[in-house]
Amino acid sequence: MTYLLQQALNALQLGSIYALIALGYTMVYGILTMINFAHGDLFMVGAFLCFVAATYLKLSFVPSLLLSMAGVALLGVVIEKWAYKPLRQAPRVSAIITALGVGIFLENFTLALCPYPKHIPPLIAHEMWSFGGVSISSLQILIILLSILLMILLDFIVRRTMVGMAMRAISWDKTIVPLMGVPVDRVISITFAIGTSLGGAAGVMYGLAYPVIDPYMGIMVGWKAFISAVVGGIGNIRGAMIGGFILGGVEILVAAFLPSTYRDFVAFAFLLVLLIFRPYGILGKPHPQKV
Amino acid sequence: MSRTDVLLRVDDLTVSYGNIRALKGISFDVRDGEIVTLIGANGAGKSSALRAVSGLIPFSGRILYGDRDLSRIPPDGIVRLGIAQVPEGRGIFGNLTVFENLRLATWQRKNKAEVAKDFERVFGLFPRLNERKDQMGGTLSGGEQQMLAVGRALMSRGQMMLLDEPSMGLAPVLVRDIFHTLAEINQAGTTILLVEQNAYMALHIASRGCVLETGSIVLSGTGRELLGNPRIKEAYLGG
Repeated sequence: MTYLLQQALNALQLGSIYALIALGYTMVYGILTMINFAHGDLFMVGAFLCFVAATYLKLSFVPSLLLSMAGVALLGVVIEKWAYKPLRQAPRVSAIITALGVGIFLENFTLALCPYPKHIPPLIAHEMWSFGGVSISSLQILIILLSILLMILLDFIVRRTMVGMAMRAISWDKTIVPLMGVPVDRVISITFAIGTSLGGAAGVMYGLAYPVIDPYMGIMVGWKAFISAVVGGIGNIRGAMIGGFILGGVEILVAAFLPSTYRDFVAFAFLLVLLIFRPYGILGKPHPQKV
Repeated sequence: MSRTDVLLRVDDLTVSYGNIRALKGISFDVRDGEIVTLIGANGAGKSSALRAVSGLIPFSGRILYGDRDLSRIPPDGIVRLGIAQVPEGRGIFGNLTVFENLRLATWQRKNKAEVAKDFERVFGLFPRLNERKDQMGGTLSGGEQQMLAVGRALMSRGQMMLLDEPSMGLAPVLVRDIFHTLAEINQAGTTILLVEQNAYMALHIASRGCVLETGSIVLSGTGRELLGNPRIKEAYLGG
């Protein structure tokens, strides 16, 4: 029982990181019906920005986090403007290939600057508490609480603010939104900024929780987060959160009871099986009826 | 502005889709306070004219709103200039509540008190929308969606309102209601440019009308003149 609880805690930690990244995929898909395959690499850039902020600028946790989020958000907005926007009327395949290209560019650009894996200095005082045999670290608490806080904040923005309303309207019918006096391009930029900054925050937390960061760290984590978004129902924000936690849970369960090399194969098999039974994901719906 | 000032002037407007010329150089104007209607059969070019004014499609010729040239202004900029829109097919956001649909149209407005007043006005005109304000737009009936589309255009508080086929797909009694409301909105000071297939209803409330056939204006006059014109009677009013 304590073993299970311990694993549940680990699942929560991993799941919240997947969920944060999955939100970026799903938000961009929601408004542009495009998969931003560079998103996993933006997560990686977030980790490296945190490394720079902590190591060279000697910043503490909060400023490092904010700097990474802001840097990644800016990068996301620039990528959208320069790489994706010119292709908005082009076939979807072109936009996806461009996104893959941007991702490979980011990996190799980072590799050129930082050829060796790096280690983010511990920004959080390490403490360990134990409750009836279940131990929890200060970092775990931070990751879980911060992720949940960011998700609540996002949920509020999407459901309660004018920008969130515009995002939802764009996902319904992009052609009508400008007739309401809403500048669609600006809403798209804001969506990229928010979505990628969550990925950046995930990069910071991942970099603090796991020993090393390298330019390719975003590939596998990015794919898993993408699976999370699809499992939850791509385009659905709450779905992405749920999908992230489910995938974190599946992975930790596999690692707990089976050889850990099975982890990725089970995760991807899970995606395949789920999509056979629920092609639109858990909360996803068939394309909206436009009357 | 006095009542005879021209608010919208369309000059030699041409719209092409590939090789097909949907509009072959039409000219008309809308004076402040008027209801002007463009009538004609399907494919006559009515919607193209409206879409050009809205900034949705490229055109040649000139469109002036007041003294502003609209040719390089994006659709959201045109709304900000004061031209509110009721799009073709109503364009309700089915995943937003009725209230949110209305609120989204106030994006560019800063004065919260004025917005609150306009909410009251819209809910006064369409009490049904007030009853359903927390319902998703997609759950409304066709008539209610049309009320919402008109209400939304009021919320963006334009001096002018463009409507693309508000009668489409509605039962006759609902069409009468909507046109009655449009006349009321016009009385309260909003200038209206209305594109319609339902010539009878449109000409009834219009100060002036233009008849479009295959991309050209073939006839224009006051609403009353056109209603009495034998040619119009035969072609558009069912004898």
